[in-house]
Amino acid sequence: MRGRGTLRLALCLALIPALGIKALSATEIGNAENGSAVWADCSGCHEIGPGAENATGPKLNGVFGRRAASLPDFNYSKSLTRAGRDGVVWTLETLDAYIANPRTFASGTRMSYPGLGDADKRADLLAFLRDFSDRPRDIPEAAPTARRDVPELAPEILALKGDPEFGEYLAAECQTCHRADGTDEGIPSITHWPAENFVLAMHAYRQKLRPHPVMQMMAGRLTEEEIAALAAYFETIAD
Amino acid sequence: MNIDRRRFLGTIAATGAVLAAPAAIGQTRPRVVVIGGGTGGATCARYLAKDSDGALDVTLVEPAEVYYTCFFSNLYIGGFREFESLAHRYDKLTGDYGITHARFMATGVDRAAGTVTLAGGEVLAYDRLVIAPGIDFVDGSVPGWDLAQAEVMPHAYKAGPQTQLLKRQVEAMREGGTFCMVAPPNPYRCPPGPYERVSMVAHVLKAKNPTAKILIVDPKEKYSKQGLFEEGWEKHYPGMITRIGPDFGAANVEVRPDAMEVVIDGEVEKVDVCNVIPAQKAGTISATAGVTDDGGWAPVNPHSMASRADPRVFVLGDASAQGDMPKSGFSANSQAKVAAMTIRAELTGSKAFPAKYSNTCWSLIDTDDGVKVGASYVATDEKIASVDSFISQTGEDADLRKATYEESLGWYAGITADIFG
Repeated sequence: MRGRGTLRLALCLALIPALGIKALSATEIGNAENGSAVWADCSGCHEIGPGAENATGPKLNGVFGRRAASLPDFNYSKSLTRAGRDGVVWTLETLDAYIANPRTFASGTRMSYPGLGDADKRADLLAFLRDFSDRPRDIPEAAPTARRDVPELAPEILALKGDPEFGEYLAAECQTCHRADGTDEGIPSITHWPAENFVLAMHAYRQKLRPHPVMQMMAGRLTEEEIAALAAYFETIAD
Repeated sequence: MNIDRRRFLGTIAATGAVLAAPAAIGQTRPRVVVIGGGTGGATCARYLAKDSDGALDVTLVEPAEVYYTCFFSNLYIGGFREFESLAHRYDKLTGDYGITHARFMATGVDRAAGTVTLAGGEVLAYDRLVIAPGIDFVDGSVPGWDLAQAEVMPHAYKAGPQTQLLKRQVEAMREGGTFCMVAPPNPYRCPPGPYERVSMVAHVLKAKNPTAKILIVDPKEKYSKQGLFEEGWEKHYPGMITRIGPDFGAANVEVRPDAMEVVIDGEVEKVDVCNVIPAQKAGTISATAGVTDDGGWAPVNPHSMASRADPRVFVLGDASAQGDMPKSGFSANSQAKVAAMTIRAELTGSKAFPAKYSNTCWSLIDTDDGVKVGASYVATDEKIASVDSFISQTGEDADLRKATYEESLGWYAGITADIFG
């Protein structure tokens, strides 16, 4: 597990020239190469490309033409599940509206993203996403993109099994700001993250790789066991 | 840490066994009475009911049907929030969590008998009592002012009609008039609150009445986030705000509501609006219950928020004397969770964990110019002690200040959901 983030980052960088070529075929939407820079804001939670897996957010391979909230192995918010049930399919138009203002599109979404007001940047991002959807056979081999700010952690820290009951007590402190129902009205959603992502994020704050002063302070005094307990609780929290 | 924790858990287990016994013999659910439906009381009631899955009988004693949060009420004065956005009701606490809402003032506490008397005459028996009444004002702390004068010189330090009155007065002030704030001495509710209020009043005056002046009469040498406020006032409201500190006699202040005068160390100032925030003490029921000290606050055990005077009584939030935490909604919410966890462990035998506390206070200086200060705390035998802290820096860029403000909106949504369900 050690160094996984670094490996991914290297593969991601190796991918950029290939994306430049692909951009030519996507000019009618936007510039996919520029979109790969916008993607940096998404890649903390979403993976894309061969081998991509669901993480804090669902994997985004083949998202075009997919019904909302339809990956069988991802735990979606009630809002997106309802949208999918109501027939929302991800198209250029629906994705554009969702990315422009996620909470207007689906008020209870757990996607902690304030929205992207710049239509050109959205078009670039959609062009980038589309490269992983339209003709997958034409897409060069690529690894999932890097998670940002991934700390170096000893395997035994990642292997710690947290006590969810302890986590529930500790979580009360988080829930002064982060909502238990997973909605985001200005403070990011932290429910249903894979435990490993949660642990990595908290250690990233502890090591001050992530910049937020409140979170650096809160994480800074949590023990490894407490972080594992919180991760275990929030991964399985009831909606 | 381990020794502390073991000793703490051991104490809980022992007292729990002794004190829970009567409730078990009576074959009724253990009863917890919570006095005060503000941040501390409502949070504690909700966590008690939620986490005990109905094993506890929780009654919230609160005369009001609607609670208006004091936090963010300055933003209403500044025109950034609607008044109704501060309003919260108890219907989820009663409907979703099975909490009984007794809509009366608590008028008496008999700790020997374990009962609370309500203004309606009803007597409630308790196995544990939580007192979270917020603040009351110290009589005579600002000579010339008492509660009867609050219609002329509002305190607006308990949110509601007082806040609306102050906003109306600011908006109706004559052109070029003077808004005066008599700031409180330490300790008081919401340390940055008076200075955020000055910022919000200045924001209104800058648009509607730009030649108006603001005068702060402050008995304190220094105050919370001082450097950030002073920098912001210079940037957004140059020349509008003057603060007189104790070195110029501000500790010797008297008001004359009939004449709209403020007398500072013998000098008479004519003012147009006067916001008097008097010295404060624990809400009156704390003294009635006999859990306050000579300073007017209620000392508590830092490990549990239990009163130093009575382990069956817990005091939360502004009313408590606990150590380093500021009197804030965030603090009250944090303390309420420790008390709820402790009470549940004592009455139902659930697991007890070491206390953890934290606080963050956001303030708005002008549109999209938000700042924050915060700290985390541990319980020592002596007090709740600060272990780490942070504060916004002067000279931060506009994007960061805007993000800080937007974060505060998210916090408001989060904490009110955490308090009221």
